[in-house]
Amino acid sequence: MPVSQTSSKLIYQCLKDAGVRIVSALPETWLVHLIRMAEEDEEMTLVRLAKEEEGVGISAGAHFAGVKSAMLMQNHGFLASVNGIVSCAQLYRIPLLMLISHRGEFGERDPWQTEGGGVTLHVLDALRIPHATLDSPDHVARRIQKAQTLAYSASRPVALLLTRDLMWEEAS
Amino acid sequence: MKRRDALEAIYSELETCVVVTIMGAVAAELQSIGHRPNFFYLQHAMGLASSLGLGIALARPELKVVVFDGDGSVLMNLGGLTTLARYRPRNLVHVVFDNESLLSVGGFPTATSTGSDLAAIAAAAGVPHTATVSGIIDFKRMFEHAMAANDLATIVAKVEAVGPSGYVTDLSLLENRYLFARYLKDRAAHSGPRS
Repeated sequence: MPVSQTSSKLIYQCLKDAGVRIVSALPETWLVHLIRMAEEDEEMTLVRLAKEEEGVGISAGAHFAGVKSAMLMQNHGFLASVNGIVSCAQLYRIPLLMLISHRGEFGERDPWQTEGGGVTLHVLDALRIPHATLDSPDHVARRIQKAQTLAYSASRPVALLLTRDLMWEEAS
Repeated sequence: MKRRDALEAIYSELETCVVVTIMGAVAAELQSIGHRPNFFYLQHAMGLASSLGLGIALARPELKVVVFDGDGSVLMNLGGLTTLARYRPRNLVHVVFDNESLLSVGGFPTATSTGSDLAAIAAAAGVPHTATVSGIIDFKRMFEHAMAANDLATIVAKVEAVGPSGYVTDLSLLENRYLFARYLKDRAAHSGPRS
């Protein structure tokens, strides 16, 4: 599977360095290594969800309880979580770090991903969620750190979009 | 059984645990009995109260977490029951007040009014201890038993579809949120460093 091991390891280490100790996730192809690393790490609590919106509640509870968390999901999982993000995380000012795989962008071969790919940025903007892309290993550490910093200073959700260039190693 | 009477019957048990409720009548009635800093009312995001309780329970295994849920909310997040069961927090007791309706938006009947059995659904999802009760004495006994048992339980309490005249209280959402987080922080400081 050409999901980048190197980029996944880098992202995971940055989450650890940022103090994240609870990760909620629903599997998607680009996230397989990240989820496996969380599962194998005794310092991390991985919560496998039935639907991504649950992760908003889990992160809110973890935050109240004083533990840093992150959500790993596909953009369609983000779309499925919108009410939780608005009426839990935003209404209650929860610093929520969301790592969202941005499927359906240039290079996408799966037809079913394309509609969500086209609306993800617009929905993030409509919700006033600050976002940045992770498209090169060079800035992964900095952007994860900065995203988390803003999430806490603003007490709001923030999103990092994982891109094909970072997560996928095409067979040449 | 009236929900408010059920809450009053177990109120003294809630003093030292962490309580998460859904919106609407449950939140307003518990506040009318007496708000405490260890109570958090999720005044929207229907379905997520149990997920939020799970987050606290996993993050702080030394705390006892009680979630007061409702039939309409549980039906919006049935998958959450499978997540609860999967992680089986031993420190969480899940109470579902089932009035078979969406009371705060006009009393429209939910699927429990036509036979959907939330305790059976929770049991089939893997929640290890489940029960349905319809009287105060049974509810109090079952709740105390679940609190003492140190295991995940879902108690479905059948209640009348009656509630307070209004749902907005003088406790603002963010005031509740920040004081609740402060309470949890202070509890952590008093119980010493966690491993």
